[in-house]
Formats: sequence, structure tokens, C-alpha cells
Amino acid sequence: MNAQTLYDKLWNAHVVRQEADGTALIYIDRHLVHEVTSPQAFEGLKLAGRKPWRTASMLAVADHNVPTANRAAGIADPVSRLQVETLDNNCAEFGVTEFRMDDVRQGIVHVIGPEQGATLPGMTVVCGDSHTSTHGAFAALAFGIGTSEVEHVMATQCLLMKKSMAMQVVVDGALGKGVTAKDIALAVVGRIGTAGGTGYAIEFAGSTIRNLSMEGRMTLCNMAIEAGARAGMIAADDTTIAYLKGRPFAPQGAAWDQAAAYWRTLHSDDGARFDKVVHLDAAEIRPQVTWGTSPEMVVAVDGCVPDPAAMADPVKREGAERALHYMGLAANTPITQIKIDKVFIGSCTNARIEDMRAAAAVARGKHVAPNVKLAMVVPGSGLVKQQAEQEGLDRIFVAAGFEWRDPGCSMCLAMNDDRLSPGERCASTSNRNFEGRQGQGGRTHLVSPEMAAAAAIAGHFVDVSVD
Amino acid sequence: MQKFTLLDGLVMPLDRANVDTDAIIPKQFLKSIKRSGFGPNAFDEWRYLDHGEPGMDNGKRPLNPDFVLNQPRYQGAQILLARENFGCGSSREHAPWALEDYGFRAIIAPSFADIFFNNCFKNGLLPIRLTAQQVDALFKAVEATPGYRLTIDLERQSITAPDGTVYRFEVEAFRKHCLLNGLDDIGLTLQHVGEIREFEAKYRAEQPWL
Repeated sequence: MNAQTLYDKLWNAHVVRQEADGTALIYIDRHLVHEVTSPQAFEGLKLAGRKPWRTASMLAVADHNVPTANRAAGIADPVSRLQVETLDNNCAEFGVTEFRMDDVRQGIVHVIGPEQGATLPGMTVVCGDSHTSTHGAFAALAFGIGTSEVEHVMATQCLLMKKSMAMQVVVDGALGKGVTAKDIALAVVGRIGTAGGTGYAIEFAGSTIRNLSMEGRMTLCNMAIEAGARAGMIAADDTTIAYLKGRPFAPQGAAWDQAAAYWRTLHSDDGARFDKVVHLDAAEIRPQVTWGTSPEMVVAVDGCVPDPAAMADPVKREGAERALHYMGLAANTPITQIKIDKVFIGSCTNARIEDMRAAAAVARGKHVAPNVKLAMVVPGSGLVKQQAEQEGLDRIFVAAGFEWRDPGCSMCLAMNDDRLSPGERCASTSNRNFEGRQGQGGRTHLVSPEMAAAAAIAGHFVDVSVD
Repeated sequence: MQKFTLLDGLVMPLDRANVDTDAIIPKQFLKSIKRSGFGPNAFDEWRYLDHGEPGMDNGKRPLNPDFVLNQPRYQGAQILLARENFGCGSSREHAPWALEDYGFRAIIAPSFADIFFNNCFKNGLLPIRLTAQQVDALFKAVEATPGYRLTIDLERQSITAPDGTVYRFEVEAFRKHCLLNGLDDIGLTLQHVGEIREFEAKYRAEQPWL
């Protein structure tokens, strides 16, 4: 048998049937559901008189609209409230497991899936959310879908799709001080561009990746979509299996042993062929900061805002000029001279326990700078929050002048009350710096949790890789 | 889903790369639990000068006269001409819903983001990839020619320009079949219930922990 990539193995295991043009019917193991992209799908199901094919495959949670403060008071915005209540009602009607807003297990859908062991190696995982690529960290084939496909999966447990091409991103070597999985992700997007992964499923490999924790691997796979790839993935190994052991949705006893033996086969074979291979040297990756309105507009913290005049491609030049105008930045400004107004530590990219620890380690014993109007820490789930509080991280943050909030998507996309005002500049651990993403007119700089916490303390970006 | 066969439509040029789905339909409008009514808020932050929220009377909001959607010569456009990586970012199907609700039936660009591309086909909206050079030529022609129209023939996979130039485009056979006939994917898949059940039984036997 030919050497297979991890993607080949995952794909082949789920093909139900195939059309002449290569369009395949793919079986879906896990369907994660949130309040924003599911109401129209549930409605379509009802209108057609259909029932979910397998409710046990579904796990639902409200995360985009939920408040991160005064949660006991409920959701003030009636439109947001209706959307969350609609999810509650749909889940009750169809018997779908849902972690409601008052459940300690509630949180960002891409944090709670792995935390519960609901994401397992070898699975196909879908959700009406582009950051579903996160779950590929567990050697799963995980990707975001639209609402029509959410309904399709509910009704048939399958999706119609064509196989993507395979890209391997190999990162080797030791990461320097203050350099994290987030910096690898941004460096990859900077290298291949936001459309570099379009049409591909990306497997991250190499010694640097093998040495990442599951939290780091999730951060990296989370941002595969920012490079244009619907799916990012990493081979299963001891780290993967150790993370899952004992989690509520993970198999137990003899089934665990059987599962773990299968999971160990989920890696690319020696000699497997990729359509494209990209190499990065870990030692060359510096802490990253985005300067523009696309995640590919990124430089190292010791660099400067680029000069559009030096860009040869007219489309790129025009994009950079527009971005600098929107961001209120002048070409050639050193990144460390950029002052910030707000700090957001959270999102499905960076709101896991390790992220909380890393930010707290920087904030410990220090204080948020006077020019920073708001520095907020939003844990990814109720359980992350609980763990952080047991470790005393909340007290470190509060003593340093940060706000310690309840879990949700929060200011990553500002669907709830957490948002930037026009012109405000934010150091954010989220994943998108698009125009208006964190609030109309808001200016986002994407960074790691360490870099965000350090920027909060200094009031401007600082290089965490130097003492 | 509405069929797509032949379209003769006015073309609107949106000359920027990496247009993301946050720009196509900003987050505050995603709170709706309906599938329709997103058209008036398509490109909301570029199109209006004030901050839009659900429930506002969009007819009374100040328009940005510089934005292409507000220019008189492009009113009634059904074909959107765009640059590379159109529809990147969030998976929100509200983006194609908004474009379709506004009146677009086809989008021509050098490249599209995967999820957006896929979502278009579920909504009777045809995304067409042409080469960067061809798209460039079309931008020049549209800007130089008021009332510039194109004829898109899905069956023949061709676009015909007013000067007689014909551009051929690729589309996957299965997607083409569904769009030409306005077929509902779920209905098609459910014709294979037996195969899905058979697969499921075998699969569960192999991985009983799932």
C-alpha cells in the first residue's frame, strides 16, 4: 500500500460514497453547534419535517453573544437574547446536549470540545464556524461549514465535498524565549499569505510542533483558516493521548486501550506525498505583531511598519496603503513605538489554561499602564476559569489592573457588549484584524498572550524575547 | 434553491483584494435568526457613514457616496467583479445571503476563500474564477464603459462580453448540475440513506468507542 498522509487516512476512513467527478459523501462524527449559525438550520429541519440523524454526535453551546460580566443579570440586548434562547429551545426540542450559560462547562465552542474529550483523534469534526480547524490538533479532520451544511449534517450525518490538496508545514528547532505557538501561526500566515492555504488541508509537522503542548497545537491549527486552509492538523502522539485520558466524553477502560492503539496510527507515513511543503526554522521566528487589516500583514516585534511604496505588486501596495490609513499608522514606525488603548486576552485562539498562565506570569506584580483604558482577560470556558482561580491567576490579573471576566467569544468579534470604539487600538490575542472586527473603526494588532500582557503593562508593544 | 441557468446582468466592480465576510456582513447583523433580509446591510461599514445596528431604518441612513454600491451607474447590478481571495475569514453563510438578497447572482474573481465559495453554491449564487489578467481586463472595461453588462451561461460555462470576447470558466460537474436544476443537497443525499446506514454500521463496529 502507498504511503499515506494523515489527511489521506482521515479522508479515506469517512468516505461513504463518491460521485464520478470526485465529489464524495463524507461521514461526520462530531457536530459542534453554537447559537449564531444554527437557528436557520434547525428551522430548515423543522420545515422539512426532518429530525437530526444522530443527536449524540451533537454538542451545543452559546458563546458568541454571551455577556462576560454580570452574567446573572442575563443578556441585556433582546436580539442577542433571542438568539441564545432559540438555541436553548432547539436543543431542548431535539434532545441535543447543550451547556447552557449557567453551566460551568459553558465556554467557547472550540475550547470546550477538546476540554470535554468530545473531540477525539480520527474523527471528522464540523461546526458552523471557521475556527473549527482548531480540533485538527487532535489528528482529527476538522473544518468550518456554512449554515446550509449545518442543516445537511443534522439531516444526513454527512457532507458533500471534494478532497483538498495536502500541504505540509514543517517547523524544526527550538523556539526562542517568549516565542509561542501563536507566533508560529502568525509567521506561517505571514509566509504563505491569507490565501496560501486555499484549496489545501495543512498538516503541521516537525520537531517544534511535536514539542508543543495540546494548547499550543490548538492555537496553531486554529489559525490554519487565517492562511486560507479550511483544515489544519497534527499527528497523534503521547501528548495527544495523555491530554484526552479521563475526559468526560473520552472512551474508558478496554475501549480506551482499543481507541488509543488506533489513534497511534494517525500520522503521515514515511514517504507520504504532499502537494506542497513549506519549511520554517523555529530559531528564526520572533514574537509577531500584525500591523494591518489582514493576518498576513505581520512583522516581528523588533521590526517596523512596512512602507507600501516599496511594494512592487500594485494590488498589495493599494491594500497596504488602505490598511495603514485604517490603522492610523505611518510607514517605517518601529512596532515598539505603537501605543495601545485596550488589551484583549481571550478567544478560541488563546483562552486556554496555558494562555492564562503565560499572561499572568508577565502581569505578576506589575500594573497596567495609565494610557490603557481597559485590559480584559476572558477565559475560554467556565472550567478554564475555575482552574485559573484555583491557581490564583485571577488575583494576579486583578491586582495588576486587568478585568477578569466570564467565558465567551467576547471582543474577538464583538457580538456582545465587549468592543472597541472607533479609532481605539487594541493588543489582542484573537485571530482576525479585519476592519471593524472588534468594533467599527477599531484597530486590532494580533499578538500572543505574553505579548498582550506585556503591552498592557508598558502601554505600547514590547519585545518579550529580551529582558 | 433558485436555479441558475443564463444571466445577462450589469457588472459592479469592487476593487480591493481579501474582502472578508466580516466586511460583507458585519457581526451585529448575525444576531438574526432568519435567512433573509440581509441585503440592506451588505457591506454596511463601507456603504453607510454611520454605525449600523439591526432594526434601523436603512433608508434614512447617510450613504457613503464614494462606495461603489452607492454609485448610480451600478444600481441594479447582478454581477459582482472582485479581486483575489474574496470571502475570506468567517464561515458565516450570512455573507452569501446578504449578497443574494441585495440582488447579486454571480461573483467573478481570480480566487475565493474555500468556505465562502462553497456557501455560494448552496444559495443559487455562482462564484466564477477567471485568471488575474482576465479579471484585470474586466475591471478596466467596466470602469471605462457605463452600463457594462456580461452574459453568463452556466450550461456552456461561458461569459460573453459586449465586444464579443468569450471567457470560459470551470465549475465542478456536480455543483453545476445542482445549480442548473435548483436541486436541494439534502434531498439528494437522502437518496443514499441505505449506503449511509451501511457505512455507519461497519464504522461503528470498527470504532465502537465513538
